[in-house]
Formats: sequence, C-alpha cells, structure tokens
Amino acid sequence: MIDVHNITKRYGHHTAIDRVTFSVAKGEVLAFLGPNGAGKTTTMRILTCFMPATEGHARVAGFDCTDQPLEVKRQIGYLPETPPVYQELTVTEYLTFVGRLRGMTGQNLTAGLDQAIGKLELGSVRHRLIGNLSRGYRQRVGLAQALLHDPPVLILDEPTVGLDPKQIIEIRELIKSLAGSHSVILSTHILPEATAVCQRVVIINKGRIVAEDTPEQLSARLRQSEKVSITLKTIPPDCDMKLRAIPGILNVLPGQAGGSFLLECELGRDLRDEIARLVVSSNWGLLELRTISMTLEDVFLQLTRHEDHLTEPAEAMVGTSAERTDA
Amino acid sequence: MTPVQAVIAKELRGYFVSPIVYVVGAVFLLIFGLLSYLYVGFAGAQAIQLMQMQGGVAQINLNDLVFRNLFASVRIVLLIILPILTMRLFAEERKLRTFEFLLTSPIRITDIIVGKFVSVLLIYLGLLGFTILVPTVLMLFSDFDWNPIWTGYLGMVLLGALFLSVGVFASALTENQIVAAFVSFGMLLTIWLIAGLGSLFGDTTAGHIISYVSYMEHYDHLVRGLIDTSDLVYFGSGLVLMLFLTHRVVESTRWK
Repeated sequence: MIDVHNITKRYGHHTAIDRVTFSVAKGEVLAFLGPNGAGKTTTMRILTCFMPATEGHARVAGFDCTDQPLEVKRQIGYLPETPPVYQELTVTEYLTFVGRLRGMTGQNLTAGLDQAIGKLELGSVRHRLIGNLSRGYRQRVGLAQALLHDPPVLILDEPTVGLDPKQIIEIRELIKSLAGSHSVILSTHILPEATAVCQRVVIINKGRIVAEDTPEQLSARLRQSEKVSITLKTIPPDCDMKLRAIPGILNVLPGQAGGSFLLECELGRDLRDEIARLVVSSNWGLLELRTISMTLEDVFLQLTRHEDHLTEPAEAMVGTSAERTDA
Repeated sequence: MTPVQAVIAKELRGYFVSPIVYVVGAVFLLIFGLLSYLYVGFAGAQAIQLMQMQGGVAQINLNDLVFRNLFASVRIVLLIILPILTMRLFAEERKLRTFEFLLTSPIRITDIIVGKFVSVLLIYLGLLGFTILVPTVLMLFSDFDWNPIWTGYLGMVLLGALFLSVGVFASALTENQIVAAFVSFGMLLTIWLIAGLGSLFGDTTAGHIISYVSYMEHYDHLVRGLIDTSDLVYFGSGLVLMLFLTHRVVESTRWK
C-alpha cells in the first residue's frame, strides 16, 4: 500500500532523513518510533505530498507522490502534529468543509460526518465552536477529519498527544479496529503505544532507520541473554553457588527486593524448569519465578541512545529487514 | 459544492465570525459617507457663491464636483483598508498550522487561491454595494448623469480587485498578519508613486511606459467616464499576475 524507497530530504546542508526505505502492507499498522527531530514528521510530510523528497521515491496505493499528488492525497487521511482545525468554525461546519474539499457531497457527506462524529464521540460538541474546545477535543476533531472520507491509508502524527488516559485507550482501540481494512502509519514517542497498537515498528534516529520489525522480534533480537527473576523466602548462604552450578546459567545477580535474584541464562535456553526444581528440592521457598523480556523501551533506548556500540547490531538489523523486504 | 466553493464559504464564514469585516466595513462606510458629505457641502457652497456672483439659479455639475472628487479620494481609503481585509487569508493558515492541512487536501493550489480571493472580493463588493446609497439619495434632490457614476463604480471594483490581489500575495509571504498588511500597503503605495516617476519623464516613451505601470492613470480614465480596453487589460493582467505570483509563493513553501 505504501512503498518508500531510498528517500532523502535535505534542508540546505542539513539532512533530515537519509535513504529511508520501508513499506506498509494493506491493512497493516506501522509505528514510526524515534526521538524528537529524528525525521518522523518529515517522512510523513513527504508521504502526504506536503513536500517533495530530495531523492528517492514514495508511492501510496500505487500512485507516485511526486507525479500524482492529487491521487495520493485522495487516498490519505492525515493528522499533522498540530490538529489542523479552524477555531471560528463549529465541529460540524469544519468537518463539512473538509468533506467538500475531498469532493464528498450529499448523502455521502452526511453519512461520513455522522460516522466520524460517532467514532470519536464528538456528538455532544458538534455544534460548538472549535476555538472553545479543549485540547483533547481538538485532537479528536483532527482525527475525525482524517477518518472522514474513510481513506485506505491513514497517516497519524502523534495521534494521542493531549488526550487523557481514558481517551488514549479509546483512540488506541479505534486505531486497532482500523487494522485489516486500513493501512496506518502512526508516529509516536510513547513506546507502549507502539506495542499496544502496531504490528510492526520502524525505529528511526537522526534521519536513518535503525531497526524494523515486530515489537516482540525487536526485543528478542537485541537481547544478549535470557533473564529469569526469582524470589525466595529464605536466603541460604550457598544458594548463589548452587544456582550457578546449573548448566547454562551465566550469572547470578542480586535483585532489587530482598530475596530476589536475577539469573542470566544462555541465549535460547529456557532454564525455568531446572531452576524451579533446584529451589523446590533445596526447600528455599519459591515465591516467584518469571522470565524478564526486554521491553520496547529498552530496545529503543539501546538503539537511539548508545549509538557507539550499537552501530553493529543496528546495521545488522537493517540488513536483515532489507533482505526480508527483498524476499 | 465544488472544493473552490467550499473554500469561499469557509472564508466568508471566517470573515463574519471575526470582528474584521464589521470594523473595516464600518470605518469604510463612515469615511465614504463623510467624504460624500464634504464634497456635497463644497458643491453647495460653490453654488451659493455662483448665485451671488451671477444672480438667479446656478447650475452645478454634481458629476464633476462631487462624484469625481469622491471616487478619486476613495483610492487612498481603499489603499489603507483593503490590506486589512486580506492580511489574514494565508498568514493565519500558516500561523495556525492549517496550511499543511490545505496543501495535503486533494485540491489544487490554484483552487485555494481563487477561493480565498473570491471570498474577499465578495466582501468588498458587498461594502461597495452600501455606498450606492449616496448617489441614490442625491438623486432625490438633484439631477446628474448616472453613466460616469457606473464607470466610476467599475473603476472602484477593478482597483479594489487589484489591491486585493496584491494583499493576497503579501499574505502568502509571511505568517505574521501585521507584516502581511504592511507589505501590501507598501507595495500599493509604491505602485501609486510610480505614476509620479512617470510624469518626471514627461511626454516620452519611457514616461508613458512607467505611467502605464501605475494604476493612477487607468483609474482616472474610468472615474472620468472613459472605458478604454487598455485600462481593462491593465487591471485584468495585474490581478492575474499577482495571483500567479501567489501561486509561486505557496508552491515554493513546499520546497523549503
């Protein structure tokens, strides 16, 4: 549905995005993750034909962003960083205006309007001036605008900014419900959002894609060892030694709470059974045993913060994702 | 409703929700009324003078004494007031970040510009409509030729449209409305003064060319009751040129 091939955008000497390549399949929800200034908005602006790329090409629903901008724009619902609302219009007037710009008329427009207002629960404010609405409502009006003409592609730049926790969950549910029928790209720097909503994550830093995969795969790949956390009722002096004696255990570290330990195991080995057996047979009182998976947050920080020792795995990942796309 | 009509409707709504139209309209009509009152007053005084000198009832020409002066003075009022009407058109969109939304909507830039221009032109025509009251009221008390008045109105429409197109262009240049108003004011005043530069050259080819660039001479013809194709071409081409330049400016923001 969306194909981005080697796009580069330069502002003078500053390179905002550098040879970015990715694609989104029909019905897929893709998260665009990255710190501020990483190039997320620039990429989205190129896809929505707001600005052309310096190099490379992007296609949306088979139309080229540079050569067929009007066709591309018809396929897209776009929510920019700041909700693009006119304060002097009421919600209904605004959405009617948006619909007409997109060539909607009569029944079509009324139906789309009612649906968008229903989906975003704007019914109670539909006749109020947007200028008098709160930040959260404006954001929802902005989202309603993007959904109005039921476009096959949605590009949402930080869709949950300014919403309260309950609304955030509702909007995430809404985006999830769009998967399957719509292709969605959403940018965010809230990591749980990406895990909650998206099937695939692209991590971008300083204008370059540093990783691309499912959230689970990403954390699995960056993990250097399996980690198991246990909590014991009693702490015998020799438990450290006995735990280390289990084949495959690499390290035993004291945990945060009293009686808890963090065990590092060889990658790809599940030693929970052996650990449990040892603890139970030694009668240490097993209160808790769980594997610790790396959260997307850890992955993100590793990929974007410590660039020095990360160039290797990062490049390896881009390599694998490129292979995957080729295949 | 086509996308252009949608833009026009939205802009008109924006004008009437904000106080701009009411304030600008009130000031314009007040000054127009005052000027009319003054010129009628002068004409009356002149008539009394003539009567005292010649005796009997003096025939005064309202076309010459009132309307020509009135239409000539309106130029400066339009020069000051119309930039205020146009300043928000693009500058506000940029400031409120709705510009990106417009440019990512499936509508051509030309349609956006035409929509905005037509909306402000309609507002101006509405204001001008009110001023017809002045000749209508005068008609009750005196006799004059309506033809030069119609050409004068044609002149005001064309001159106003040209001023508005300059204003639209200036508004596209910046996100600051004050700057937009000031730039269009400066441009209009400069084009006005070019007429003076032309007269410095006297009756030479250069003089004629320079004078042609200014709207003064073209407007004067219409106010005097003269409809010349070259004047119509001047206003038409000036307007199209300004809107074309606006298109270039809007288009260029995408490349920055």
